[in-house]
Amino acid sequence: MTISTPLHIQPIETYKNERAIPFCPGCGHTLILRHLDAALLKLQIDPTQVVLVSDIGCVGLSDQYFATNAFHGLHGRSAAYATGIKLANPDLHVIVLMGDGGMGIGGTHVINAARRNIGVTVLVFNNFNFGMTGGEHSVTTPEGYITASTRAGNPEQPLDICATVAVNGAGYVYRGTSFDKDLPDRMAEAIAYDGFALLDIWELCTAYFAPNNDFGRKEMMAMLDALGMETGLIQQRPLAEYARRMQTMAERARDQAVMPVHDIEPQFEHRLRDKFHLVIAGSAGAKVRSAAKAAGYAAVLSGLWATQRDDYPTTVKSGHSVSELIFSPDEIRYTGIAKPDALVLLSADGLNKVRGHLARMTEQDVLITTPEFADVETAAHKIMLDPRQADVRITRTNRSLMVLSAALRVLNIFPIAALEEAVRRFQSRFAHENLPVIAASAKLVGD
Amino acid sequence: MTREYIDGASAIARGALKAGCNFFAGYPISPATPILLHMLRELPKVGGVGIQAEDEISAISMCIGAAMSGASAMTATSGPGISLYSENIGLAIMGEVPLVIVDVMRMGPATGGATTAAQGDIQFVRWGTSGGYPIVALAPSSVAECYTLAQRAFDIAERLRTPVFLLPDKEMVMSMATVDVAEYEDIEVGKRPLVPAPRAGNGSGVKINAVTGRPDPRLRPEETYLPYDFDPIDAIPATSPFGGPHITRFTTSSHDEHGFLTKDPVKVGRLNDHLRLKIENRRHELEFGRLERHEDAKTLFISYGTTARAMREAVERSHESGEPASGLTLHTLWPVPENLILAAAEGHERVVVAELNHGQYRREIERLLYKHAAQNRQAPPEILGLNRVDGELITPEQFLEMTP
Ligand SMILES: Cc1ncc(C[n+]2csc(CCOP(=O)(O)OP(=O)(O)O)c2C)c(N)n1
Ligand code: SF4
Ligand SMILES: [Mg+2]
Repeated sequence: MTISTPLHIQPIETYKNERAIPFCPGCGHTLILRHLDAALLKLQIDPTQVVLVSDIGCVGLSDQYFATNAFHGLHGRSAAYATGIKLANPDLHVIVLMGDGGMGIGGTHVINAARRNIGVTVLVFNNFNFGMTGGEHSVTTPEGYITASTRAGNPEQPLDICATVAVNGAGYVYRGTSFDKDLPDRMAEAIAYDGFALLDIWELCTAYFAPNNDFGRKEMMAMLDALGMETGLIQQRPLAEYARRMQTMAERARDQAVMPVHDIEPQFEHRLRDKFHLVIAGSAGAKVRSAAKAAGYAAVLSGLWATQRDDYPTTVKSGHSVSELIFSPDEIRYTGIAKPDALVLLSADGLNKVRGHLARMTEQDVLITTPEFADVETAAHKIMLDPRQADVRITRTNRSLMVLSAALRVLNIFPIAALEEAVRRFQSRFAHENLPVIAASAKLVGD
Repeated sequence: MTREYIDGASAIARGALKAGCNFFAGYPISPATPILLHMLRELPKVGGVGIQAEDEISAISMCIGAAMSGASAMTATSGPGISLYSENIGLAIMGEVPLVIVDVMRMGPATGGATTAAQGDIQFVRWGTSGGYPIVALAPSSVAECYTLAQRAFDIAERLRTPVFLLPDKEMVMSMATVDVAEYEDIEVGKRPLVPAPRAGNGSGVKINAVTGRPDPRLRPEETYLPYDFDPIDAIPATSPFGGPHITRFTTSSHDEHGFLTKDPVKVGRLNDHLRLKIENRRHELEFGRLERHEDAKTLFISYGTTARAMREAVERSHESGEPASGLTLHTLWPVPENLILAAAEGHERVVVAELNHGQYRREIERLLYKHAAQNRQAPPEILGLNRVDGELITPEQFLEMTP
């Protein structure tokens, strides 16, 4: 990554503003912020191109002491805001300032930013407890330590933040303490690294964790040894940064048409005077919806208004699939169907869903179905179509279109040529399979 | 007449892109997933970015981060996801983020019915975050309106720097409909007020505020404008995207004009009044709807979204019967379009509010019409609810049964 040249001719002397850092005496946060200032000074980045994204907690106050852009967001979500900022403007230097508390509630965003390799730098101000809310234990509190919420000693194991992001795609991973002399160098390295970088920085909360555990710098070093978590530069490897990858993808897609309107001019004649309600009841996975959609397009190609509502279970390839079509010479407002004028019944799954319709249908209405449903109880006039009469091989997926095409021939609302045109124009990918099926459906109605 | 056969999800995506949307983050959930898929496919074509986030909290967080970096951002979800958006809706209100949130309503509570129509989130979006601050919500009742109101949502979100909800329902988004292409109305989509380029000082030592163009002693050394400066109180503060020529602060917490945390009661009170008044004082610019009034009607139906379609059919049919009715389709739900509703109710003896929930918007109609009647020492109209929460649509016949 190239660091943008500073606008200022004079070197920048501090990235801090003149406000005094407010943390408790001896608080590690103060040390880390000094190191951050030193790291930025090394890099001399234009401050308008730096965004400090702070989390919640004492650490969440940090952004207010810098003369750079600042985004102070919700508890644990800083890595997600940082991702959005970086994706919208990949040239920015986005630095997340979060605590061990934020890592607990929003760890998923950190892991996912690492996995995607979003080019942000995450500084974890890890003081093993929630400073701001009174010293409760966090995901990094080691076992046995005393906090406000673990008075008898913490029974939980601490999260190894570095190991977690390192195995999940992070390019740059470092663990150290707020006392490390080389921290500004490591921070500068991480900020300059073109990819996801995380520094887990161990430090003292002098208001809670330190007094609760008789814990100072020496004890922290001992704890680091005892836990056996890796320290120093844990991982550094070149990986393609995500925001740039998205830019490249966009360059490839640029200037393709964006959702053009698919105009339909009527080119066939319809024979409807009133609204017509057509229900198609079949099985999920049998292309009921796409057959219905072709019929809808055909109606519109014939100068009608059409609507289609679909009902199917969440398991899209098993159970029922019912499509409700309305065709009308006038604009359709209400899209519900109380009683179909025609019902095309394709399977037992479908039958179970339309028993109410069948009971309401009268002799004015038609049930169009296949021989196995000859005995279905309904007052509707029954028309039987036998797909076996077609001279193409019937499959689970072409049967719906076969029977619906034949039904549309019987109903004669619009010419079958409209259905063929609909398939050619709007389902062109499958037209070579579907046009022969529509043609073969003529055999079912004795044409 | 040229027509298109299309679903609402496509129309929303197309409207958003027309409005300049160039960032989308979402998490798959029926019935909002089709919008996510359209945006992921289309955004690279306009040089934008679409991303499937790891969860809904991340989706809206990414949108907020992108929006403050200058993007026109949208996200789309449904019941369980809008619930997870809650805390960040508050952040978007507090930080004054232009953001379009599509909530495709499905049956609740909780997981409810993933592909079952409902209109149960009306009060949730209004009061869906802590603190109780106003938002804007629009409800399309046709596929063409999905297209136009998506643009309007961006226009309002940008100009008012506020989250705007677009509230279609499962029927609107997932069903195919025929659209007269002439009905796709494009509107001019405004932009958030932006801070002009920084200006050199006049040598007096007092920095020039880039927004006002005048020396401003409040400016601190690194500042070239004040990110949360509003005067008058309902003015929309000018902003500068991260990476622009200014240093910008953004915060979730109660803040002063610099974007620094404050507890000063004067500043906190003024900020919170600002967040309320910037929308309340513009409520009359935000009144969108369609009234079909019949001179002899005693009954006024009020509805929105999919339910308004059955209402309009019932209104047409009522004109052929002896009992004509009027119909008001609301396109703005929040803030409540009071003038529109009061004018529509005028002269009617009975008002029927129809919705696929247990009467969420009827509360607003009652509040408004009872208050108006009390203030004017008139008898209010009879206000009735027509409600259905069984996954089925309210039928035109049910409307017609509500006329005396
Ligand atoms: C959603 C949410 N839950 C709880 C809180 C309350 N809270 C404020 S700070 C904090 C813990 C912060 O701990 P850490 O991230 O370690 O920061 P530190 O104070 O130690 O710097 C919590 C739980 C909150 N602000 N938001
Ligand atoms: S409470 Fe702890 S973390 Fe917070 S400022 Fe004090 S020492 Fe630092
Ligand atoms: Mg902490």
